[in-house]
Amino acid sequence: MSIDRLIDQSHVVVCCGTGGVGKTTTSAVLALAAARRGRNAVVVTIDPAKRLADTLGLEELGDTAREIARDRWDPSGIAPPAGRLSALMLDTRATFDGLVHKHAESPEQAERILANRFYRNIAGALSGTQEYMAMEKLHELHDEGGFDIIVVDTPPTRHALDFLDAPARLTRLLDNRIFRLLMVPSRRSLRLASLAVQTFLRTVAKVIGSEVIDDIVAFFRAFEGMEQGFRERAVNVLELLAAPTTAFVLVTSPRRDAVGEAEFFAERLRESELSVDALIVNRVHPDFGVQSTPFELRARAREIGRREIAVGETEASARLALRYENLADYVSLAQHERDELARAGDRIGAGVVTFVPSLAHDVFDIAALDAVGRHLVG
Amino acid sequence: MAMELHDFCSTSGVVIVAGKGGVGKTTVTAALATAAARAGASVLIIEVEGKSGISTALGLPDLEYEEQEARPGLRARTLTPDHALLEYLEDRGLKRVSKQLVRSGALDVVATAVPGMKDILVLGKVKQIERTGVADLIIIDAPAAGHAITFLLSARGLLDAVRVGPVRKQAADVLEMLSDPKRCRVMLVTLPEETPVNELVDTAFALEDRVGVKLMPVVVNAVPGDLALVGTTAAEDAAAAGLAAPPEAAALDAAAAFRHERHELARTQAARLASLLPLPQISLPFVFGEIGPIQVGQLADAFASGVAALPGPAT
Repeated sequence: MSIDRLIDQSHVVVCCGTGGVGKTTTSAVLALAAARRGRNAVVVTIDPAKRLADTLGLEELGDTAREIARDRWDPSGIAPPAGRLSALMLDTRATFDGLVHKHAESPEQAERILANRFYRNIAGALSGTQEYMAMEKLHELHDEGGFDIIVVDTPPTRHALDFLDAPARLTRLLDNRIFRLLMVPSRRSLRLASLAVQTFLRTVAKVIGSEVIDDIVAFFRAFEGMEQGFRERAVNVLELLAAPTTAFVLVTSPRRDAVGEAEFFAERLRESELSVDALIVNRVHPDFGVQSTPFELRARAREIGRREIAVGETEASARLALRYENLADYVSLAQHERDELARAGDRIGAGVVTFVPSLAHDVFDIAALDAVGRHLVG
Repeated sequence: MAMELHDFCSTSGVVIVAGKGGVGKTTVTAALATAAARAGASVLIIEVEGKSGISTALGLPDLEYEEQEARPGLRARTLTPDHALLEYLEDRGLKRVSKQLVRSGALDVVATAVPGMKDILVLGKVKQIERTGVADLIIIDAPAAGHAITFLLSARGLLDAVRVGPVRKQAADVLEMLSDPKRCRVMLVTLPEETPVNELVDTAFALEDRVGVKLMPVVVNAVPGDLALVGTTAAEDAAAAGLAAPPEAAALDAAAAFRHERHELARTQAARLASLLPLPQISLPFVFGEIGPIQVGQLADAFASGVAALPGPAT
């Protein structure tokens, strides 16, 4: 599948990759390209660079998608009338709070949870929370937003795909035997649990003090009755990710470690029976369209350097040799990058591998996003 | 007065190398470590966040909890929060409980309840290693920038959250280490590009203001060297050298222009960084191709010359 078809046919596009490879930019490029092709597109970004956020009209964290005025993204008025572009910057905490409000049985229950110190730590710090909330936001936009295509950026960590087992993670937290026993005030179960619980409490209290325990117990009590809603929601998110109209795009740079991470992500997706639809490689070096091999270019440089030359020709000759060396360096780098990536693409099983050349300037404005888009979309 | 590499490396016992993802933090860690080992220091690299590629750069198999030697005077190991936590509990005679806690998942719950708990365990272990004096220089390949701030702020955060117990003591000890420039400093790394430079500046101020940790010179990594080929074309050079016009003239010119443009961009960004952040800079050259032990050796040379050119001695 080409990138054109991917953005024409997908309802959800998830962009994954390690930090520093241009994932957020690529997400914005894909959403803009989709809008240009007449789709109502939204991009969910995570921590964009400030100037990109400004371009997308994201002055602050937003819980809701905001449409970007048409004259800002299509100043020459050439996009089809159906094309629309919206953006939002993920606010993990606000999204989690929203989820608590949605599933709480009463406003009081929600307030009790939101005020709990343990909850505040989970909402901000539990490994995978940000990832999970990105997916929650995705599901909300899918349910309520009326968008044709939703492009989601993922956090730049190795754990970026933790949302795949977020249901299991959250359930494990909620199902934790020790904490369940703490929640149930019945004498019988307390006696049953007494050994494990007491050992645990003693240990924890010894290490961090008993206040922390009180917070945890209060949280689990407050959360009672809400687990089911959370669990169902998590299952729905996974169904959406597994839908045939959902595409996974891996973003990488040609750096070996970044490619290694891309393969790690691909493996992770495969474990969850999901497949990679495209591999987008940013910042590949140019080969300047030469037919000669780096070996031939270097041989030529040596030949020029070794020539018997007349006085006055030395400097020009050295410069020419250096030009050949320089070209050989780039050609060799470009070939190496393309070979490595073609092999990685095969291993990953990506339907399409697309290259975006290394650009002289960081990509911030609409014109630059469009310029990158032209490398991705025919 | 120029600074000696040895003085530079022995100013602090612990150097934390930090920067945004993709800036070459790991390469810089390897180059600094190699330069220091060559200058006669015994060096220990500690990798704290997953697989960073430092093993490849040093020509080692994947790092483990046990130290491995890359060359005389240079060792490397990993240190994960899970390991640090288990060791912490075992040190306190809680070995059996610790296994049970891990199995039941209860540890995850506690680690979540106390933000920064895992970070403080890792830093606490670093402090313990520092105190044993096993190396002259301990280099930490830190998490990516955003997380590095959280990582280093964990001690202060924990002191607010936990009022009693050994973890509080641990946090206090870690904070003491972080705020003592004789024991610990942070080396920030960036690429000579707009976004990484902006993020480095933000990180630098956040670390100094909020953690109180002393910053070393910043490393500007992957700077393309200047070939000084502008002003003439390949065809002109060939003519001046008494040669026929090269068939690849257009590609030669384009490649020279590309190189020049990247060099100028890097200079502009390094100058912008200098104007935004009053710290000396060490620049490392762009490396064509993959980074292995040979390239790390060359970068270590560049690092040593960069240090020699610094206005010194450091305070």
